Amino acid sequence: MSRAATFRVLPGFGLTLGYTLIYLSLLILIPLAAVFIKSAELSWEQFIGVVTAPQVVATYRLSFGASLLAAVINAVFGLLLAWALVRYRFPGKKLVDALVDLPFALPTAVAGIALTALYSGNGWIGQYLEPLGIKVAFSPLGVLVALIFIGLPFVVRTVQPILEDLDTEIEEAAASLGARRWQIFRHVILPILLPALLTGFALAFARAVGEYGSVIFIAGNLPYVSEITPLMIITKLEQYDYRGATAIATVMLLVSFVLLLIINGLQAWTAKRTGRDR
Amino acid sequence: MAGATTMHLGGDQALRFEGKAATRETPLVKWTILGIALSFFAVFLLLPLLAVFVEALRKGWETYSAALTHPDAWSAIKLTLLAAAIALPLNLVFGVAAAWAIAKFEFRGKQILITLIDLPFSVSPVIAGLVFVLIFGAQGWLGTWLAEQEFKVIFAVPGIVLATVFVTFPFVARELIPLMQAQGKEEEEAAIVLGAKGWQVFWHVTLPNIKWGLLYGVILTNARAMGEFGAVSVVSGHIRGQTNTLPLHVEILYNEYQFSAAFAVASLLALLALVTLVIKNWIEYRATRAYSQSQESQS
Repeated sequence: MSRAATFRVLPGFGLTLGYTLIYLSLLILIPLAAVFIKSAELSWEQFIGVVTAPQVVATYRLSFGASLLAAVINAVFGLLLAWALVRYRFPGKKLVDALVDLPFALPTAVAGIALTALYSGNGWIGQYLEPLGIKVAFSPLGVLVALIFIGLPFVVRTVQPILEDLDTEIEEAAASLGARRWQIFRHVILPILLPALLTGFALAFARAVGEYGSVIFIAGNLPYVSEITPLMIITKLEQYDYRGATAIATVMLLVSFVLLLIINGLQAWTAKRTGRDR
Repeated sequence: MAGATTMHLGGDQALRFEGKAATRETPLVKWTILGIALSFFAVFLLLPLLAVFVEALRKGWETYSAALTHPDAWSAIKLTLLAAAIALPLNLVFGVAAAWAIAKFEFRGKQILITLIDLPFSVSPVIAGLVFVLIFGAQGWLGTWLAEQEFKVIFAVPGIVLATVFVTFPFVARELIPLMQAQGKEEEEAAIVLGAKGWQVFWHVTLPNIKWGLLYGVILTNARAMGEFGAVSVVSGHIRGQTNTLPLHVEILYNEYQFSAAFAVASLLALLALVTLVIKNWIEYRATRAYSQSQESQS
């Protein structure tokens, strides 16, 4: 058994794995390690002082709060959109399906200025909202709108393939046993979709927490009100406060790693639940 | 962070569900769901896209073409193309190498390696820029040494290229790993047994099998490379005509209240996004067809 494992028919294992490891280390791992090493130049008290400064804490509240809310909204509407795309025939469906990926393809800066134009006081949408007292652009609500935009495809594209793979038989069985349509959705379909839906939710959330380009134009970036955490890093860098910037980056990186582990776990759960390998 | 960026195969399934009483909704439910879903789609995706083009042409063609033919715009276009032209082949070669090692061989720590390759997806673009400032910046690890060599990385083109490579790192690998794992290694082993050389095997056996996935990864890499904003913004220094990429040029124009010019340049990037989506859908269509043909020929 062990001899079979060491004998390889195909060539190139050492070369490709070696290249992969070197390239990965040089470009990703060593640079990311630099963040942790640099932040270690601060004493523990200094580090805590930087990352719990009131202005910084206010950015966490906005970044995580808005990201969470955007991911919840995307989970609901993304599921509806995926459902419509898989189950219904309607005119323009191909176009809608293709454009769902727009936030992946559209540069974030373009999304940012477009959303700002739409939601500012004289914009297409803003002009109807401001008389109602709803200010979107240059407020925390603007941050939410931008994060909804960039997160939507994550939910649609993780739920859609699972919906397509569903056999009609299980719903037919449930219906023949007397279940109503809503009961079937609630007790048969939703449990199957749940892992993928949570994965899409987590992906949208993770992306939103780190998002910068689409947010800064519409946010207005008022300290304590509409500043996001990534902007805090930029602000510190512009003041040549490299250690401060790095300390906040360390917090964000740790959050990213935890989210990455959660997402991996969710994807493994999805694979187990549905028999798909990704 | 995969899943959402991997190729999506399969045609329209709606008939399967709408054709049966048990899986068909009443028209009221169907049109309510459709109405809500499509309104959400229109407000959050369609309107921003339309706004880019309408705002770009608001002051007429002359302002539009003047913005695009401005020397600063041209140098931004050139730098954007250059950064993508360097990042693309680098990450393409890496992606193929990584997928070959991971999909064709068994070794310990494989799952950890796959997770590490995904890492750049979950790192904020701002941090992707920051890491290179920490290494190559004036106060960075190599800052003094680079200054002695009179070689600038940060606030110069090399930094922009590095940041672009970082943020586009996983796309090709992410696409190829599951694809090549699903295909197994029997075909390649057969070719080796029949006397083919390693390179011939890759060129004549593996490559035809993975070409659509490869192209898909390249398209996604290119779109992200040309559109990256946060990471590039940190390392660029925003020097007009020198270290401005197209997205950064949009920002500068916008912050100078030259809205029409900013949207004109943005419309170029929006067109790139639309072209990307068209090619992406064409690849998915071709890959679906190739897949169903190979299924038919097997049965």
